[in-house]
Amino acid sequence: MSPIALSSSETLAADTPSPHGERHRRAALRRLLHDKVAIGSVIVFALIVIACLCAPLYAKYVAGTGPNDNHVTEVIRVGGKATDVVSTSGIPIGPTWQSKFLLGADSNGRDVAVRLLYGGRTSLMIGFLAAAITLTFGTLTGILAGFFRGWTDTVLSRALDVIWAYPVVLLGIALGTALELGGLKLGPLVISGNSLFVPALIIGFVFIPYLARPIRTQVLLLREREFVAAARLLGKGSMSIIVSEVLPNVTSAVVVFVPLIVANAILLEAGLSYLGAGVQAPNPSWGTMIASGVALITSTPSLLFAPVIMLVATTVSMNLFGESLRNAIGTTTSMAGR
Amino acid sequence: MARYIARRLVSSLVVLFLVSVFTFLIFQVIPNGNPALRIAGRGASPATLVAVVKEWGFNQPLYVQYADMMKKIFTGSVVSYSGNINVLGQLRAGLPATVSLAVGASVIWLSGAIVIGVISSRRIGGTVDRLMGVLASVSISVPVYVIGAVALYFLAYKVSIFPNGGYVPISQSFFGWLDHMILPWLCLSVGFIGLYSRVLRSSIIETEGEDFVRTAKAKGLTKRRILVHHVLRTSMIPIISLWGLDFAGVIGGGAILIETLFNLQGVGQYAAESIGLLDIPPIMVIVMYGTFFVVLLTTAVDILHAFAEPRVRLQA
Repeated sequence: MSPIALSSSETLAADTPSPHGERHRRAALRRLLHDKVAIGSVIVFALIVIACLCAPLYAKYVAGTGPNDNHVTEVIRVGGKATDVVSTSGIPIGPTWQSKFLLGADSNGRDVAVRLLYGGRTSLMIGFLAAAITLTFGTLTGILAGFFRGWTDTVLSRALDVIWAYPVVLLGIALGTALELGGLKLGPLVISGNSLFVPALIIGFVFIPYLARPIRTQVLLLREREFVAAARLLGKGSMSIIVSEVLPNVTSAVVVFVPLIVANAILLEAGLSYLGAGVQAPNPSWGTMIASGVALITSTPSLLFAPVIMLVATTVSMNLFGESLRNAIGTTTSMAGR
Repeated sequence: MARYIARRLVSSLVVLFLVSVFTFLIFQVIPNGNPALRIAGRGASPATLVAVVKEWGFNQPLYVQYADMMKKIFTGSVVSYSGNINVLGQLRAGLPATVSLAVGASVIWLSGAIVIGVISSRRIGGTVDRLMGVLASVSISVPVYVIGAVALYFLAYKVSIFPNGGYVPISQSFFGWLDHMILPWLCLSVGFIGLYSRVLRSSIIETEGEDFVRTAKAKGLTKRRILVHHVLRTSMIPIISLWGLDFAGVIGGGAILIETLFNLQGVGQYAAESIGLLDIPPIMVIVMYGTFFVVLLTTAVDILHAFAEPRVRLQA
């Protein structure tokens, strides 16, 4: 779990595919609504999302500068005193606690608070996009492999094993470096190397086995259940059985994974950006801001702590919500990382 | 059983082969990643470039290049594009640091997780348990290199308790080695402790509901004896299989961020540097070596599992 808190393990209550049905869903929701930690984390997360969505408003009406605007040579008044945004020795201004440079500037004289909000948009977008990719392909692969078994299973499972065999960060930076240089061309789909889709795609891809493997195990057990046999006797085809019988029974396992994947995707983006294989400059993301903050920790610690606090608040709220969700639904799923 | 093991081994070999092909391809699809340019250097004349392409065989079809690369890897003669350095030699040079990191950190994170997991499971839902749950969530929510950077800032820069990164071989000075390894060990362990302690906690709770624990209680054994001899023995299984994979990951260069931050010069840092240079041979070797460990340990865990649970054999 280390760098990226996602590593190599899934534990899933595989022998008890969770029952689906209105009653259970309601009970789970009720438990969740009575869970103070769950409510608290949702509120924190929602506030962060709203703040980041309002980034352009803050930039325009409060700070009066964009996320990539340089003010290196400018002078501002702090407490009635004229101060260089970036001092002659190259040290940027710290938090001013006023509308301009609320949280100080970075070494390029850019407003940290503005970049923090814009960076949040990037990090959150990558998190959700990656989660969407993992959920779509992970669920699909897991269900197909588990349901059809035989050759389908062999091919899909070996493909999952291949991704699984790589340490997450190693595969992430290998793909990140390769794609950011060359971009990606898949038939009509062309993504340029510095696009935000590149890290999202890589992160989503890397996590597929973490979802697909437990889903496959569940489906292997589900397909032997009476209701699947009953559906077959009624003359339903495989696709229709998957949609109406299998999918509803793996939903809770998938749902439980969502907050975990979002949190881990944001963390992996931070890790990749630190190694230069994530979001590309000058686009801000929490990961790139943390990475440059690490280098300047001795002169301007606020450059590190501001993005760290935002990122950790986001991932902690997601992980805590994830744990409450697991308790409420009653499955045990965890994602480990290296 | 023999059939199951044979099948499992064959599929591991297939996975390793596919990993090597996949890794090779990742770096072949880069349109402007022409390795000849990097070998010949900037501003090389077209004639030199052609000579380099010919010498290294970049004009051959992909499968020939792949076979060539694999042959070099297995005969140990593979050299890097940048600097013509023997890759296996470099890998061997990085191993002591990486193995030190993996072994030391494993000891810390396993013992930490066992202590915390057991304590939490003694008072389920109590203050300590809930606090540990929150701390675990926090520990897996912080990027590992941030933990490292903050630790370095306070413990190496502000107060010089620990050295500012670097690696000292154990053969050279035991205390120097220890001094340089403590911070990386602790920083790498934090997240693992958080994760493993929660997994162990739920595993203990689950095991305590089993019949054999009830029997042990009925026999009048002490709580301590039941916990250590009956419950823990069973509930350690999930974290041991987790550990197998994570340990393999760190040995295989997976702790890239910690190695780079603390400048340990291990396998992971070598991987990061080679990736930065788009130097394919070292990346191929490290990835193959790293995935070899992961596949080996996964296979071992599966086979052990099959010994314990005959059902697994039939299913797989």
